[in-house]
Amino acid sequence: MDFSLSDDVLAYRSKIRSIVAETVTPDVIERMHTTGTFDAPELNRALGTQGFLERATPGLGVGDPIELWVLFNELEKAGAPYDGLAVALMIAGVVNLLGTDEQKERILPSIISGEALVCMGYSEADYGSDVASIKTRAVKDGDEWTINGSKMWTTMAHEARWLILLTRTDVDLPKHKGLTMFILPMDTPGITVDPVHTLGTERTNATYYDNVRVGDEAVLGGVNNGWRTMVSVLAFERGVMGGSNAAIPLLRHFHDWAQEVGIFEQPITRERMARAAIDMQVASLLTQRSAWIAASGGSPGLEGSMTKVFAAEAYQRISRWTQETAGPLGLLQFHEAGAAGEGFVEYDARHSPVVTIYGGTTEINRNNIAERHLGLPKSR
Amino acid sequence: MTVDLGLTSDQEAIAELFDGFFSNESPTTIARAAEPFGFDADLWSKVIELGAPGMGSAAEVGGGEASLSDLVVVAEAVGRSIAPIPLIEHLAALAVLDDADLVAGSAIATLALRPADADGLWRLVPAGVVADVVVGVDGDDLVVVRSAPPMSGPRNHASAPLADRSARTGDRTVLGPASAFQPVIDRWKVLTSAALVGIAEAAQKLGVDYVMEREQFGVPVGSFQAVQHGLADLPVLIDGGRLLTHKAAWALGRDESGILDWRSNDITDGTALAAMAFVFTSDGAAVATDRSLHYHGGYGFAEEYDIQLYYRRARGWSLVLGDPTDECLALSDRLYGPVEN
Repeated sequence: MDFSLSDDVLAYRSKIRSIVAETVTPDVIERMHTTGTFDAPELNRALGTQGFLERATPGLGVGDPIELWVLFNELEKAGAPYDGLAVALMIAGVVNLLGTDEQKERILPSIISGEALVCMGYSEADYGSDVASIKTRAVKDGDEWTINGSKMWTTMAHEARWLILLTRTDVDLPKHKGLTMFILPMDTPGITVDPVHTLGTERTNATYYDNVRVGDEAVLGGVNNGWRTMVSVLAFERGVMGGSNAAIPLLRHFHDWAQEVGIFEQPITRERMARAAIDMQVASLLTQRSAWIAASGGSPGLEGSMTKVFAAEAYQRISRWTQETAGPLGLLQFHEAGAAGEGFVEYDARHSPVVTIYGGTTEINRNNIAERHLGLPKSR
Repeated sequence: MTVDLGLTSDQEAIAELFDGFFSNESPTTIARAAEPFGFDADLWSKVIELGAPGMGSAAEVGGGEASLSDLVVVAEAVGRSIAPIPLIEHLAALAVLDDADLVAGSAIATLALRPADADGLWRLVPAGVVADVVVGVDGDDLVVVRSAPPMSGPRNHASAPLADRSARTGDRTVLGPASAFQPVIDRWKVLTSAALVGIAEAAQKLGVDYVMEREQFGVPVGSFQAVQHGLADLPVLIDGGRLLTHKAAWALGRDESGILDWRSNDITDGTALAAMAFVFTSDGAAVATDRSLHYHGGYGFAEEYDIQLYYRRARGWSLVLGDPTDECLALSDRLYGPVEN
């Protein structure tokens, strides 16, 4: 195995690092934690203007998936707000893969320039892991589709230009077969957005669809083919777009604080710091493997499940022991005097519970691994 | 040069050769028959015919010029089959030894993992029961000692050929300062990590095969989600351990010195990666053998079933180095800087 990054990739990485250094200022990180909107338009535009988003979009640009991994790994390690961008590029990849020429021309430029975000409407209040059972209906009437229903966890809906929406178009077919994915502008009449505030500060939304009318130009990946479209998105989501080194910024904050207050010498802390570094290396290598599989023309869906289970639990382990080690100072929030790791210790302890839930729960991913990697029988 | 996380075609051929060899010549009955000392002289003479003992040595001394990454592939096969031969110790010691009989394999070399004590004794040397040559640290020196192997040692958890050896009695040569031992121990850690990945993978397979065959309540035990999820944790420990072990082998094989930038998770330092791989795969092999044994139910606890062989070796092959906490503390010093104790 060769773990060297090519000169091209190293040059790409150093440009990304300088853009991050210029645009992801402490004010931008502060804004992310006060507004709960995990997006930095100035970062997106800087990346877009220099062509880096086009390069990184799966299947579209000249860059290989190693660059996509490098981009999100750098953003994640910097503690940058990148959730909005990750979803946007994921969807850009799917539009490029499954969209019509007209959709590509109409939608892609706005995303790869860093101007437009996309939000994802899959889950509903009553259907999360069992997403194939969703009830939001799209009914064809002449040339138009009419959509009625509601979605949960539509993060970035309050900022996004585009919405990708999973609907039921045929109630008579088996549940996976009667689904259709749409992509439509968020300003289409009939859509309303209600905020949902979370433990981890991040704002998400509930969205409602009341006689939303669109034409065939909004169908993404074919009528009644929505499940396949969905699986394509998830392959990107669990693959290489962040979510593997979430503890790196926390470890920096914790380390510097522990050195400053003089508790770093404790053997248990040093042992845990060593184990944390090992977990972060492994998570990074697993993600690199997904990128390499994608770069070699494969689809790293199963490997993505494995990466996500490991990386998410590693982040949770680390956020738990850093807070325990800090004791009462690990309870103090941003800007409070004496807060461990400038408040990041407390923040990560609140943020980390979500990572084993979103993008496919750990249980769904373990089902995938058991069935598809170990060859065990379907258990549900 | 760019990221390539697959085996080379040569390495695929090596894996096929050694997996085939061990499954023919070293089924688990051979490991059982070799207990309690864990050495089969007949099997060792067969690996000599494959050229394995000198595989990593230079061509001018009759070696095979294999890279450390190639040897990792061999070591994984040793782990999968728990072959009762000291190939890993021998290949590690040959990082600094090139005597003709060692390269040929007619004499066996090993390494003492910890410095000699005040009496000049190396305690519990792996392969110490059978090795003709031991390399290790005595005081400020790296020394090599050739002496008659004891051919017996204390009975132990892993049925491994552990024995105390003298650093001062026998034909002794000083090879250099104690610091010259680092490449040997790094190499041993990487090869042992690979063997532990092999153990974990074999344990996973035993577990999956068993739960598919064993029925309770009228269905295979492996159809229960609680069992599936316990087993589903294992592939990532195996694959993650394999990637980290190969990264360590790659890093140790480079001419340039590595990076130790933990703040950016950018680590290419071979010694740090070898320690990381060792800690991670030790844990992975312990977890994999434990889960697999557990899902065998009562039969997992029975001597008759092979999982107990793997369970004991998973622990024994790594704990000979010492408490993993000490390995973590040394790694912490290397990554974050040493602290005053």
